Amino acid sequence: MTPLNAEGALGRPARAETAQGRPALVDGWLVAAALAVIAAYVRVIYFTPAEATQGLVQKVYYLHLPAALNAYIAFAVVAVTSIVYLWLKDPRVDRVAESSAEVGLLFTTVVLTTGPIWGKPIWGTWWTWDARLTLTLFLWFIYAGYLVLRGAIVETDTRARYSAVLGVLGALLIPFIHMSVYLFRTLHPMPIVLKPERPSLPGEMLTTLLFSFGAFLLVYIALLRVRYRYAEDRDRLATLDWEGEGH
Amino acid sequence: MRELAVPPGTLRAAWLIARKDLAIEFRTRTAFFSALVFALLALTIFYFAWDATAVAAIDLAPGVLWVIFTFSGLLGLQRSFSVEQADRAMDALLAAPVERESIYLGKALGNLCFVVGVQAITLPALALFYNVPLGEVALPLAGIAFLAAIGIVAVGTLFASMAVNTRLAELLLPMLSLPFFVPIVIAAAGTTARLLAGRPAAEAWPWLRILLGFDLVFVVACALAFPYTLDE
Repeated sequence: MTPLNAEGALGRPARAETAQGRPALVDGWLVAAALAVIAAYVRVIYFTPAEATQGLVQKVYYLHLPAALNAYIAFAVVAVTSIVYLWLKDPRVDRVAESSAEVGLLFTTVVLTTGPIWGKPIWGTWWTWDARLTLTLFLWFIYAGYLVLRGAIVETDTRARYSAVLGVLGALLIPFIHMSVYLFRTLHPMPIVLKPERPSLPGEMLTTLLFSFGAFLLVYIALLRVRYRYAEDRDRLATLDWEGEGH
Repeated sequence: MRELAVPPGTLRAAWLIARKDLAIEFRTRTAFFSALVFALLALTIFYFAWDATAVAAIDLAPGVLWVIFTFSGLLGLQRSFSVEQADRAMDALLAAPVERESIYLGKALGNLCFVVGVQAITLPALALFYNVPLGEVALPLAGIAFLAAIGIVAVGTLFASMAVNTRLAELLLPMLSLPFFVPIVIAAAGTTARLLAGRPAAEAWPWLRILLGFDLVFVVACALAFPYTLDE
């Protein structure tokens, strides 16, 4: 286990007060997350048996599914923090929402990239308009829009309010997209694709999956922290500028 | 105009705001006319984008109709709040003794008239140009179009109110709205296709349910969220 560096898990108070309390060059959580991902991949590649029918390509599963689960977690965090922001109007909550949306978008991009890599050899196509694929694509669109909205507003308070509104509505939209694309698919049967039955995972694979999920959860938390600190610095810089103009 | 000494009730105020917007639109006719020409232009362009001998017009019609309804709707939505920017009219509206929800409902009502107006002309135009006999499905189709318009307007009005205050106003509205129009378009186009193909009405019911649910959820949610989009 990597020891947390001098900056520590919650070493922010020192930073907030003095300019020289700069963050360590390398963030402890990021290092831990990177090591966990490396360990997960060593396990995936060398110590987990290949799937019987799909062969090696199935190993993308250990990247694909954990990324998807963490993307869902990230967007759930956006929804919850959006509601909390509208209630408490606390800028810190808004920064968490902002950071989580961006990291979630990153994970969704990973899902949408690894999916076709897995789908082409197994289903015989890069993309199909399957309900789950379509939903993931639209998650990407919603949160890309969310980040563009944030980028288009300068005023901090307005930005936080608007994005919180979109964060809540986006969460309300997801079930509707899911229902409509599911209906779309079932009423228009797809050409027969070799869709793997979800196998009940053998123990070794399940352990690898859980391990991989844990590693990606760590990546999520580490990136969230880094992104949050960036947002905090940016907002503080904005206030400094503003105060500078006043004097 | 008589009873202005007493602040109007929520619905009455909404109606006054909608009437004001429609009066502006009626006297200038710029947005409605351009949305209408856009819709007719799109009809002709789509006709040539497909080989009409290979794809039957009846298969083409639902998709064409819903793409046009969605995009022409955006044209009207775009305008509904930018019109309030001149002379900071929005501030006057906020200072008026009306509830925030009334402003939302009024704006949405005005937009609904706009969208339904465009639909009312595009639908017969489609029947004419694509030679699709509407016959007895005309009425159910109009009903679906109306339900879809409610959903489009509910979400679009809220986003228009946000987008107008951003740096990317014209670009942002479609980017925010279109993902929200997806369930509407899928459900409405699905129903339209089944109606035009003469399938039993029961087949359209699951789609209709999505449409109704969407309208209900988003009219309420957007009306509640609207006050947060106002700068006071």
